[in-house]
Amino acid sequence: MFNEMMSDDKVRDPYQALTEWMEATGSENLAQKRAEAETLFRKIGITFAVYGDGGDPERLIPFDLIPRIFTADEWRNLKRGVEQRARALNAFLFDVYHNAEIIKAGIIPGELVFNNAAFEPAVIGIDPPGKVYSHIIGVDIVRVSENEFYVLEDNCRTPSGVSYMLENREIMMRMFPELFSQLRIEPVDSYPEELLKTLKSIAPKDCKGEPCIVVLTPGALNSAYYEHSFLADQMGVELVEGQDLFVSGSHLYMRTTRGPERVDVIYRRIDDAYLDPLCFRPDSVLGVPGLMNVYRAGNVAICSAPGAGVADDKAVYTYVPSMIRFYLGEEPILNNVPTYQCAKAADLEYVLAHLPELVVKEVHGSGGYGMLVGPAANREEIDAYAGRIRANPSDFIAQPTLSLSTCPTFVESGIAPRHVDLRPFCLVGDKIRLVPGGLTRVALREGSLVVNSSQGGGVKDTWIMAE
Amino acid sequence: MLSRTAANLFWLSRYVERAENMARLMEMGYRMAMMPATGKGYRSEWQSVMAAAGFTLTDFIPLTQAEVADYLVFDKDNPSSISNCLEQARNNARAMRTAITADMWDAINSAHMELKKPAMRYMVRNNLPEFLDWVKRQGALFRGATDSTVLRNDGYDFLRLGTLLERADNTARLLDVKYYVLLPESSVVGDSRDSYQWTTVLRAVSALRSFHWVYKDNYTPLLIADFLILNPLSPRSLAHCYSGITEHLQRLSRLYHSRQSAGTEALETYSILLHGDMEDIFNSGLHEFLSNFLLRNAALSESIAESYYFGGQ
Repeated sequence: MFNEMMSDDKVRDPYQALTEWMEATGSENLAQKRAEAETLFRKIGITFAVYGDGGDPERLIPFDLIPRIFTADEWRNLKRGVEQRARALNAFLFDVYHNAEIIKAGIIPGELVFNNAAFEPAVIGIDPPGKVYSHIIGVDIVRVSENEFYVLEDNCRTPSGVSYMLENREIMMRMFPELFSQLRIEPVDSYPEELLKTLKSIAPKDCKGEPCIVVLTPGALNSAYYEHSFLADQMGVELVEGQDLFVSGSHLYMRTTRGPERVDVIYRRIDDAYLDPLCFRPDSVLGVPGLMNVYRAGNVAICSAPGAGVADDKAVYTYVPSMIRFYLGEEPILNNVPTYQCAKAADLEYVLAHLPELVVKEVHGSGGYGMLVGPAANREEIDAYAGRIRANPSDFIAQPTLSLSTCPTFVESGIAPRHVDLRPFCLVGDKIRLVPGGLTRVALREGSLVVNSSQGGGVKDTWIMAE
Repeated sequence: MLSRTAANLFWLSRYVERAENMARLMEMGYRMAMMPATGKGYRSEWQSVMAAAGFTLTDFIPLTQAEVADYLVFDKDNPSSISNCLEQARNNARAMRTAITADMWDAINSAHMELKKPAMRYMVRNNLPEFLDWVKRQGALFRGATDSTVLRNDGYDFLRLGTLLERADNTARLLDVKYYVLLPESSVVGDSRDSYQWTTVLRAVSALRSFHWVYKDNYTPLLIADFLILNPLSPRSLAHCYSGITEHLQRLSRLYHSRQSAGTEALETYSILLHGDMEDIFNSGLHEFLSNFLLRNAALSESIAESYYFGGQ
């Protein structure tokens, strides 16, 4: 198991200064700092609601003080790999809503795309500015050794967590200014600016003057509401709900104290199904009736575009390396985790025979809900899950349990290694933008591999060292 | 600005102001109840507080201080209880974090969190004045944060309009307590207990000393009412509130290049206050004057909501 901080009982280079500093600080001081950090988070109101557990609807995501560090070299490689995937995924999205060359070439089975629940016939043939469908891609990456990184999944719809990346840094800088003045850590705070540039760059062609940009949220009860308001605030644009918008003629407007005002770009944080009750779910009140007509007429840009979900499906994921070769003519820089598709008979047989060693996920699942972690499950759980797989094989994929790297983490018993992953956020507009950093998620329970915040995971600041 | 945001700002500051005024009202009841009972020993102070807080008193069952305090501070079914006010204020603030500053959020969020602590219930039971001071302090913190951090754009106007409308409403209600408290025993008008009650009104609005600066005179009911209704120097007087309300509505008209009916209505009420005479008002009935004012004030609130599309368009 790879330890990010230690190698052969020696502290790895990027962690040298941090280790010295931690020793000098002592765990008692660190404990006190942690309490201070928690008060700060609570005060600022950075919370994350977890659905259906009956607990605190404004729960704090546990924050760990010990940062995770990458060298400039390591980051350069990750960055190139993420950008490459972002380009390929967008090429794929444009392709499947136009000529479907990749399917004609026999590289991806058509039914995987066209029968996919996230495939959106309503956007076939639409040419969004720059041919971009997915403007913000959160790529989940794990590390298993010094030089081995794997992509767990690509989040092409509306990946969340970027506010934690920014707020974690803010808190760390406030708590440990001496560390920041001593080390050369790349800043991440330009993210909102880069996001705004990206959103401006996708404004409709006939939009005159400064485009009117809004962030569309389902409302204050949504688990990521803090992030929605945070981003709108940082960009200086309106945070709107569906009720604030309406369609008149072939344009979209928001209701203001001066009367209607035209909207050019929506950064939506609402799922496709709720965007427009006239086009999708008729019972939804979160979206805007008629929005899709305006979108089709090219009078509003939607980030991320409807239908982008077909690229972050866990079954489509298996083909991302092929997409990179097909569209870009390049070799993938980041590897996929070997994945078994239960839809394939041979794979299904293997998966059912090896459940105790595998992680099985629902193809359309997210947030760590409804997955099976074989090594951590008992016989009954495995049998029950096997039943679900047999009933609907194509709904599941399976992967070997990777030996995720660990990073020292401040837990009850002191400083101990815990498993981590990383989600950098890649912006795609007139060009690709990626700030040096990302969200490191950490599994707080000993031995646990599940880092999702909805499953009790925590977060850490991620440091990219300057050259 | 989004209409929903404007509505939220308006109501956010109204709720904060209402919580503070609820505390002032209770302070007045508390001080009045400390006076030795006269006559039949019948005490009506707490009923009048309830009446002023907007409740119809069908029968005058004596309520204890503890019951009233529980109801006005914590009761979930009482939409104007202090805890409901702070909760509503926080919900409004949360729904438009982008329109308020971090300092304002901090003020309202901290107040809301602190009120939830068990120690607060203990304080309400055992040290009501200290609790009431705490509530007033939260109002001051919020207004201070607003005053020193928020942009002077239309959002500021809606915030101020909420505060001033609510304050005018509450000052009028506070004065009306005197009317209710006098009902059962009107014979005491003018005696020492009566003037104690009138000074209690001044104390509740933290204006005992400023009153003295202005009038350098005895605490007569006429002057105290004048101070709280017609005198624009007093920051809680109806006249002062309406001078601010008309100013902010005019600012909005200039900003939006359009005159709204709300502005005209506010000017009419302001003119009544500017040209009013306290003696006339007393002669034709203070209670009637205040009731009429409360109706006009409520109508203005609706008119503002209409003018700026609070309910959509």
